[in-house]
Amino acid sequence: MTLGMSPRRISPLPDERGRFGQFGGIYAPVTLLPAIEELIDAYQEARQDPAFQAEFERLLRHYVGRPTPLYHAAKLSREVGGAQILLKREDLAHTGAHKINNAIGQGLLAQRMGKPRVIAETGAGQHGVATATVCAMLGLECVVYMGELDIQRQALNVFRMKLLGAEVRPVTSGSRTLKDAMNEAIRDWVTNVRTTYYLIGSVAGMHPYPMMVRDFQSVIGRETRQQVLDLCGRLPDAIVACVGGGSNAMGIFHPFLEDDKVELHGAEAAGEGIESGRHAATLTAGRVGVLHGSRSYVLQDEDGQILEAHSISAGLDYPGVGPEHSYLKETGRATYHPITDREALEAFQLLCRTEGIIPALEPAHAIALAVRLAAQRRPDEIIVVNLSGRGDKDMHTVAQAVGVRL
Amino acid sequence: MSRAIPVSRLAETFERLRSRREIGIIPYLTVGFPARESTLQIVPALVEGGAAAIELGIPFSDPLADGATIQRSSQLALANGVTVRFCLETAAELRGAGVDVPLVFMGYFNPLLQFGLERFVSMCAEIGVDGLIVPDLPPVESGELADLCRQFGRDLIFMVAPTSTDAHLEEVARQASGFVYCVSLTGVTGARERLDEGVGPFLARVRRHLGLPLALGFGIARPEHVREAAALADAVVVGSALIDRIGQAASDRQAAAARSFIEWLRSPLTSSTG
Repeated sequence: MTLGMSPRRISPLPDERGRFGQFGGIYAPVTLLPAIEELIDAYQEARQDPAFQAEFERLLRHYVGRPTPLYHAAKLSREVGGAQILLKREDLAHTGAHKINNAIGQGLLAQRMGKPRVIAETGAGQHGVATATVCAMLGLECVVYMGELDIQRQALNVFRMKLLGAEVRPVTSGSRTLKDAMNEAIRDWVTNVRTTYYLIGSVAGMHPYPMMVRDFQSVIGRETRQQVLDLCGRLPDAIVACVGGGSNAMGIFHPFLEDDKVELHGAEAAGEGIESGRHAATLTAGRVGVLHGSRSYVLQDEDGQILEAHSISAGLDYPGVGPEHSYLKETGRATYHPITDREALEAFQLLCRTEGIIPALEPAHAIALAVRLAAQRRPDEIIVVNLSGRGDKDMHTVAQAVGVRL
Repeated sequence: MSRAIPVSRLAETFERLRSRREIGIIPYLTVGFPARESTLQIVPALVEGGAAAIELGIPFSDPLADGATIQRSSQLALANGVTVRFCLETAAELRGAGVDVPLVFMGYFNPLLQFGLERFVSMCAEIGVDGLIVPDLPPVESGELADLCRQFGRDLIFMVAPTSTDAHLEEVARQASGFVYCVSLTGVTGARERLDEGVGPFLARVRRHLGLPLALGFGIARPEHVREAAALADAVVVGSALIDRIGQAASDRQAAAARSFIEWLRSPLTSSTG
């Protein structure tokens, strides 16, 4: 099985200007343009360099613990009483989520480019932890921007990042969540552009990030493809993943884009419900706009001001979405569904109870969607869910939601 | 309907400044800061103080090229209910009240996109707003807006930075009009103690590629900065320092504070020329 990036399966999109159809692009302050061009060139070189690929694959195997298993959740499937549900166990990757795949790829790139300082934004803290981890391993200075509100919600991950030697800078502007952390990281990058590598954690932001993060995360989909063929002798009927910025979803979707019979489903965070206005379902309820360097769907008011997103899961609490997801929605290749906090919590408990697996709240949205889809299908159909992270970080949030004091 | 050949108010202004060998001061003011109607009092005071042109900031929720001061003024303006439409109405009222210096809008791309680019640029033309600066729209993405600005005779003002490559400067040279906004440092907006020492060589490099007037911005806060810049640039843009000054003044003293701030900035120029 190939762990790294095989050029054969890299899609021709985006084009040279970073466009997926009308989406994507480089909407960035001019100070950053040379750094962006340098990054585009460095990534193109690295992508074609067998030594870089080999090192990436070595770390994925020996440091992250890849390939992660594809597990047939037989008991969950029986309980639902429909299609067979298979779980891609990214929760078993080092640091407990898929974020590490991309952090290793970009960490190696930062090192290759000679940038001694790495900055990152984080919402739930998983990307911050993954970045801090990789920086510790590679010997790079690490600064993580995190919204003040998220720092309160994810105290455990803040402590982990500090243990790993990162500096966590609280962001007090705007909604004090992921979007503001990203603004602040971009401001830092503009200021320290000559020495600093900006390690974006999702398939969002300006070109080449949506492409690069997708490529590094595509290892998830490539493994899944091979594993499901080995296990079932055929491709799955559907793939389900949660979508905030959308990196775990792009990672598992991408190697299946040309398999027309494989349905692709994204679960967006509907928070307290779309009608409540308190949600993070960008593709369901947003409009096309420009945020954080790319054109994509955005949650915004009629005057183009960005709205605050709301979700029980900090990792989905983002008013934008990666431009390639907007493209997949527009072309009809993927379908995106809103899943409420309540549905995610129910699915969270269902998976704990039936399979002995505590998922993160983010993929609990994907589990909820998969359960809904599976219930309508025959038992010989196969649905793969990207279980993108484990739930340890969410214990406080879940306890609070179900009325338990820890 | 016939349209007269557009005569750029900006070009005229810079022509006049050059003939007088004078550096222009271009204050930046977030529309609707500190109160919704403040702009109508503050802008005329800035002109009385000697401003060569006015940059009107259209507030955005996520101003990623701005430092803390303009983030706060933008948030306050949004809380005051400022919209793109209100910014256009304010500009129209200023013209109606006899403000005749060039007016330039500075705004992030998304609010303009949602308002409708053609609708926005055509209304700028009707009202007499002379130019646009969009800090998150580099030349590679600006095609549609640049076409509209040409069509409606408005100047699309591009930014260049110390990190800009010669290829970027050439690209700007092909597209820009009005003036070129030279970002004095690698960083976000905000008052600084002194000018970056690389400013001189940077502006000299820009001059080799661009014939347009140069305005130096980011970090300009004191008369010394203006004096230093006078040898290098055609104008300076002063934003955060002015916003800070206005924010500190009592509400009935804001216009006077704005005026005296511009006079203070211009003091080395007026004293040396007589």
